[in-house]
Order: sequence, then structure tokens, then C-alpha cells
Amino acid sequence: MNEIVIKTNNLTKKFGNFTAVDNITFEVDKGEIFGFLGANGAGKTTAMRMLCGLSHPTSGSGEVAGFDISKDQEKIKANIGYMSQKFSLYDDLTVGENMRLFGGIYGMKKSDIKTKTDRILNELGFSAEKNTLVRELPLGWKQKLAFSVSIFHSPKIVFLDEPTGGVDPITRRQFWEMIYEAVNDDITVFVTTHYMDEAEYCDRVSIMVDGRIEALDTPKELKRQTNSQNMDEVFQKFARTATRSAD
Amino acid sequence: MKQFLAFVKKEFYHIFRDTRTMLILLGMPIVQIILFGFAITTEVKDSRFAVYDLSKDAVTQQIIQKLQSNNYFTLVEDINSPDRIEELMKAGKVSMVVIFDADFEADLLHIGEASVQLIVDATDPNQATTMTNYATSIITEYGQETAALTNTRFLINPQTRMLYNPQMEGAYNFVPGVMGLILMLICAMMTSIAIVREKERGSMEVLLASPVRPLFIIIAKAVPYFILSVVNLITILLLSYFVLKVPIAGSLILIFSESFLFILVALLLGLLISNLVQTQVAAMLISGMALMMPTMLLSGMMFPIESMPAVLQWISSIMPARWYIEMIRKLMIQGVDGIYVMKEFAILTAMILVLLGVCLKTFKNRLE
Amino acid sequence: MLKFLLEKEFKQIFRNPFIPKLILFMPVMMLLIMPWAANQEIKNIKLSVIDNDHSTYSERLINKTIASGYFTLEDVSSSNSEALKSIESGKADIILEIEPEFENNLVKTGIAEVMISANAVNGTKGGLGSAYLAAIMADFADDINTEWGRNVDKLNNASINIVPHNMYNLYLDYKVFMVPALVVMLLTMIAGFLPALNIVGEKETGTIEQMNVTPVKRIIFILGKLIPYWIIGFVVLSICFILAALIYGIYPVGSILTIYFYASVYILVVSGLGLVISNYSDTMQQAMFVMFFFMLILILLSGLFTPVSSMPEWAQFISKINPLSYFIQVMRSIYLKGSGISELLPQLLALSTFAVVFNGWAVLSYRKSG
Repeated sequence: MNEIVIKTNNLTKKFGNFTAVDNITFEVDKGEIFGFLGANGAGKTTAMRMLCGLSHPTSGSGEVAGFDISKDQEKIKANIGYMSQKFSLYDDLTVGENMRLFGGIYGMKKSDIKTKTDRILNELGFSAEKNTLVRELPLGWKQKLAFSVSIFHSPKIVFLDEPTGGVDPITRRQFWEMIYEAVNDDITVFVTTHYMDEAEYCDRVSIMVDGRIEALDTPKELKRQTNSQNMDEVFQKFARTATRSAD
Repeated sequence: MKQFLAFVKKEFYHIFRDTRTMLILLGMPIVQIILFGFAITTEVKDSRFAVYDLSKDAVTQQIIQKLQSNNYFTLVEDINSPDRIEELMKAGKVSMVVIFDADFEADLLHIGEASVQLIVDATDPNQATTMTNYATSIITEYGQETAALTNTRFLINPQTRMLYNPQMEGAYNFVPGVMGLILMLICAMMTSIAIVREKERGSMEVLLASPVRPLFIIIAKAVPYFILSVVNLITILLLSYFVLKVPIAGSLILIFSESFLFILVALLLGLLISNLVQTQVAAMLISGMALMMPTMLLSGMMFPIESMPAVLQWISSIMPARWYIEMIRKLMIQGVDGIYVMKEFAILTAMILVLLGVCLKTFKNRLE
Repeated sequence: MLKFLLEKEFKQIFRNPFIPKLILFMPVMMLLIMPWAANQEIKNIKLSVIDNDHSTYSERLINKTIASGYFTLEDVSSSNSEALKSIESGKADIILEIEPEFENNLVKTGIAEVMISANAVNGTKGGLGSAYLAAIMADFADDINTEWGRNVDKLNNASINIVPHNMYNLYLDYKVFMVPALVVMLLTMIAGFLPALNIVGEKETGTIEQMNVTPVKRIIFILGKLIPYWIIGFVVLSICFILAALIYGIYPVGSILTIYFYASVYILVVSGLGLVISNYSDTMQQAMFVMFFFMLILILLSGLFTPVSSMPEWAQFISKINPLSYFIQVMRSIYLKGSGISELLPQLLALSTFAVVFNGWAVLSYRKSG
């Protein structure tokens, strides 16, 4: 049996009268790449923020890495990595300094930080850029770097919020290779995206419409159920029912 | 023209949507007028003093009574030992101690002379001087009342007239200063920040790529702040007239037209700053440190320029606010004719020309 | 954890193109310029004289006036209306008009008149200027009395000798008064506003989000932000002591340790205040405006420039809930009077209360998760 690392039960988030996330229930297995699909404004980011302990659920419950998302947010944080939609490493620190900072924050030993930094930069082919300020890197490099930083401390789960926005296709390809490598290291990947070709790379995908999960299965199964050629078509069929406009 | 108006509208949206900034912008002049009109005064009132009376006779009691019964001084303690003087002073509880020698009344009657010491906390020299003067004149007056003076001495009687401000109200002096400060704040600081923000967010590029000429974009950014300043100008004038009772002695047309001149200077300064810096923080700090502080300190708004060292006087003469404030004082309070402000007018006009030149040059550089 | 955060903050501060310069230049500029500018003394009053008498006495009077050092003779007018024009154009601040037959009247009747007309738009200047002039007139009359031997009868009258002593600031130097208080403004900006702007800046760029998903405790994150500015604050404070001694020759009469002690309490107060502001602001622009607005009010009502005791009740009340006023009192007392903690207990109590209130408020209003 697979170990379950994320589990939610009727998870709901309301902002005033507006229900951003509406009774969602799902489970994610260890080592899985779980795709979280939905149009802009469908509630993906809100759901993810609750799972990361950035936001309290209005009702319902959830567990991440075995901890309750309403009570043990700080414990969850020690076990996850997160990469936000907006690039959020420190612009005015160098590549190496960013890694040192985040490694340090997660309580890694100095010697470990150093060897890991060198290893990762080597793998990325960034070794020459160790002392370059992050603000001077091109966007694609920054995104790859941000991902490396988010799994630097070998978390159990990494949450990626539209990690490939605005990145060219070649870099996206490389990015997904990095994701697969992370899975090989036993990291569970929870990723939101609106590139439907990327959805094909996921083990399972869920499609969110107006705050609810309308579909959840492997890409293959979803295509079969809806008689579609590709994930794009699947998505169109579900998203058509949306009443909420994109934000 | 339609495009231009569209831009102006967009700027207004920016301003109105940020309620907090908006409130501060409109509330600032009101708060300042109230503070300067009522709270900030260099007058010395209700100074706390203690008495160390070694004589405790009828005369000393009468003098203490005199000191106490006006609004310059408030008696807080009757002390019995010299150590207490230092204690009270160090704790800041009193700023003056009056010491009467032993046998005060007896000495006065028999020797014809008695001594009273005024120990003054001179930390604040201004307050110290004023307190000494007040106390001296109260005690002297008492002495003259009691000792029937046979006056065979020469006297020069000065007749004093206080022109324009017989009550010597502080507000008369501060209102023009507040006008200069507020207009500088809104025009220069706000405009520079508004422009730099667009630079910082990259939306300036979008605007510059539109078919509207860059100069129009800049002017469109300035228009709302110009209107806001006029609103504030009117608020200040109304408040000072109705609340502070500061008369407007001169012509309103002149006051407004000279204010427009100053607003222009301030807008150009804001534009210049926005051309020179890249970030909002830098714009804020430069306009704060290089414009606001000097305007408050060196423009003659709070502190007399004549008393400053030559270097500072020289610096103050390149502060546009100094000339504007001087001009408004003359026009508004003294009610003089336009010809008496020709000098200030000429200086502000020259500043406009210089700033315009520098702005156009730096603006072009940026586009290239 | 804290170590890594501190390392990051220091790197960011020193890499910023602006902040290090600000930290260095602000105290220097402030200490160099402010004490000279913020001076309420009235000097160099521009005088216009109308001498309708042209006698020996009137000329002696004019010379005495100019020799007093308070006045500079701008012009000699022939009529009152001409002199008024000098006032209107700003060439003169005060007119001294000597009546015709000044000397004759004085010698014959013992009383002569002069007319002083002051431009009182600036009330202080007008008032002091005419008071100086009046004092010079009285002095002049005394001179004449002495010459004519009419002062001898002074002894026959009972007179009260008034002996003033100026404590703590013997030469009534305004700069001695200003310098210790300026440090308060510097500390407020460095330890209060800079970290607040820094936090809002991280909000704006979104990096704070990345921090929020890490196991960093909120208190550690905040301490990581504050400690560098506390250290910088103390460095600037020390620079100020050195500058005050070098430039103005002002040394604290009281203990320097007491100053550091109160400064550390005050730093807690202002960083708490800064945190509160940062919690309620989404953009740096907002934060800066709020600070600017409140700073202006707090500084004006702190007694930095004008005495609190002369303010109306409501303004005195505000100055009671204004941390700046307490620390300014403390600085001036220790620096000039040599007060110690025992004399400054009320201030210590007030500042500690502020520290608790602001920091408590900051903790309550801070939301790491929404």
C-alpha cells in the first residue's frame, strides 16, 4: 500500500460571501506528481496556501505529511518546500547566498549546505554563477534556481504554484526533468499549472472549477472518460461549466 | 486631447483608490494649520517654578503671590532645603527656583536693599531668557509700586506699534510657511513618487510605447497633483481665515497667481527627482531629505534666517519655499502691492526656467 | 536560524545603493546643519531710522542702538511713509523714529519720546525686536542720568536686587539645547522606520511569502529584521556623541551608560511602532506616508523646538502619549543636567509602557497566516 502524504476532507475557504474553495476532498500518495488544474480564479492558489499553512481553512480538515493543517502549521512547514507563482528569492543576494540562507533556515548543517550547494549548482550548470546576484539572472534560470532552493532541504512534499509561467518551452522541458529527478529522491510533487501539455506529465490530475474539484484521475483515464484526444480537450469540457470569471 | 484626458483620469483613479494616502493628503493641511495655529508657540507660558523662601515674611509672600497670579508661572512647590533645588531641576519638575534671602523684608526696610535669586534651567535658552525677563519685570514692578519713586530722572518713553499683527499671533507667521510646506510636499514629493512608481513597475514603458507624446504623459501625471494642491491651498486659506482669524490683507488674485508659480517650481522639482532616481524609496528619501527638511528648517518658516550662519543663509536662498513664503507673508499679511514682491517673483521665475531646462535635458537622456 | 537571517539582512543593507549612505550621512548632516538652523534667537534685525532731530543726543542714541549688536542699520529715511516702504519691501524689520526736539525735550522736561514700529508678522521677532530697542532706550536714559549725576538718589529708594543664575547652559547656547534632542530623531528613523520599510518591501516583492512557508518562527523573522537596525542605531548614537564633542564641544554631564540604557528602551519603542505600521501597510508608499504624517505631528508636539508647557491642554495631552517627548526630555536631562535614572523614573516607566504596548500591538496585528 502507498503511503498517503496529503489528505483533505471537505476543505473549504470563504472570504466573506465568496467561497474560494468549496468542499474539496482528495488524497495524494507519496512519490506522486499531483497536478492541480483550473482556470485563473478557480481556487487553486487558495487551496494550496491552506495546505502550506499560509491560510486557515474556514471549515473541513486536512493533513499534510501527517500533520493537521489547522493545528500543526509550523510542523508542516518544516516538511515541505514551496515555490510561489511570483519569483521570490532575494534579488539582492547571490545564488550561493540564497541557498545558504534557506538551507540555514531549515536547520541544515553548514557543511551540508556547502556540499549540497556545489552539487546542485554543478547539476544545473550554474557553478560559474554562484557569486552572481540573483537579479542579474535570466528568468528561466531564476525559476530553475527557485525550484532547487525549494527542495534544497529535501522536503517530503514540494508545492509548486505555476512554476513555469512565462518560461520558454526548452526551459520548461528542463524544468520537468528536474521535477522527475526530485520524485526519484522520494519527494512528492504538488503542482498547479495551466499548461495542459504539462498536465500530461503528472501521475494524476485534478480539475478545479469554481472552487470545486470536478474531476480527479490519471490523465489517461480522464481522456478516456471524456473521449478526448489530449488534456487540453479534457480541460475545455470541464471548464465550460464555470460561472466564475477569471480574476 | 482626448488621450490626454484619459491619462489624467487614470491618474485620478490611482489617487482616489488609495484612500489612506488620499486622507493624508487632504488631512495634512488641516492638521498642520491646527498644530501651527494653536499648539506650536514660542511664547513661554505656565512655566513651573518652586520657591525657596528663607525669610517667609509679608513681602516675600506678596512677591510670590504676584509671580503666581499671572499665566507665565505656576508654583509647584515650596521647598525647604537647597538640595531640593537640584533634585527638582534634574527631574525636570520645575524650570525656575526663586530664592529669597533671610530677613528679606527687614533688609529691604532698613538697608534699602534685598536680594532675590532666580535659578533658571537654561537648557532651553529661549525659555530661560524669557522667564528671567518676566520674573524680573514682575518683581521690579512690585518694587516700584511699593517704593514711592520720586522721579527726577531722565526718561525716554518708547511708543511701540506692532504693525500688521498687533496681538503678535504666531499663526500670522506660520500660515504662509504651512502653505509653502504643503504645496512642496504634494507637488514635488507626490509627483516624483507617482512617476517613479510607474518606472519601478515597468508600466512606464507601456505608456511610453503608446502614441501619446512622452511630455503629455508627464503633464498628465502632474495635473491631478496640481488640482490637489489647489484644493489644499483653498483649504488652508479658508481655515486660516475662519479658524485662526488670520486676515487676508492683500489681493486674492495675486496670492493665487504667485502660488501657481510656486506650484510650478515644485512640480518641476518632483519631475527632476523622478528623472534622477529609479526607486520609490529613493524618490521619497530625496524629496524628504533634500526638500522637506530644508523647507521646514531653512525657509524661515520656523526659524529666523537672519540668525543663521552665512553658509546656511546662502543655502536657504536657493530654497524656492523661502521666496514663496516671504512673498505670501507680504501679500497676505502685510497686504502690499505687487511691485513689492518683484524680487521674489523674479527669483521664482528664474528657478522655473533653470529647472525646466534641466528637466528637459534629463528627460531626453532617459528616453535615449 | 537567526544567524542566517541576520547574515542575510546585513548583506542586503550593505548592498543597497542607498541605505549605507543614508546611515552615514544623515547623522552628520543633521548634526552639522540642524543646530545652526534651529535657532530661535533673534539677531541681525534690520533697522530703519528716522531721525527728526539730528542732534548730538539723537545721534548718540542711534550709535548706541547699532553698537548693541542686535540691529543692522539698513537705511535712514526722511519720513515715516518712506520707512514703511522699506518694511513693505522687506528691506527693514523695525523702524525707530526719533521725535523732533528730542534732545531739547529730554533736557528741559526730562522726558523725550521715540516711536518704534515693528513688522510683527513674525510675532516673536517683532516683540523681541521692540523689547531690545526699548531696553536700549532705557539704558541710554540711564547713561544720561549718570552723566548728569542723577543716579545718586537711587540708594534712597528701597530696591530689590534680582540675581539670575542660568543653570546647565551658562551661555544660553541654543545648540547645546538642540544637539541631544536631534539624536532622538535619528534613532526614531533608523530603528523605527527603516526596518518597517524593509518589511513592507519584502511584502511588496513577495519574498515574505517564501519566508512564511518555512518553519521560521515569526518572532525570529522579526528579530532578524530588527537586530541589524538596533546595532546600526547604537553605532549612529555613538557617532553622534563623538560629533557633538568634536564639533560643538558638548559632552554629556550625566553617565553615558544611562544614555545607552534609555536608548535601548527607546529603540524597542520605535521598532514596535515601526512594526505596527508595517503590519498595516501593503506598499512602501503607504508606509512612508503614514510615517511622514505621524512623524510631523509627533516631532512638532514633542517639545523639540517649542516648549510643551506653553501648548494648549489638548496638545499637552498628545505630548504625554508621544514617546518622542519622553526620550527628548531624557536626552536633554542626562546630557545637560546630569540627571540619573532615579530622577528619570517617570520617563523610564512611560517608555517601558510604550515598548510593551507597541510590541504587543505589533504581535497581535501580525498575521503570518491569514
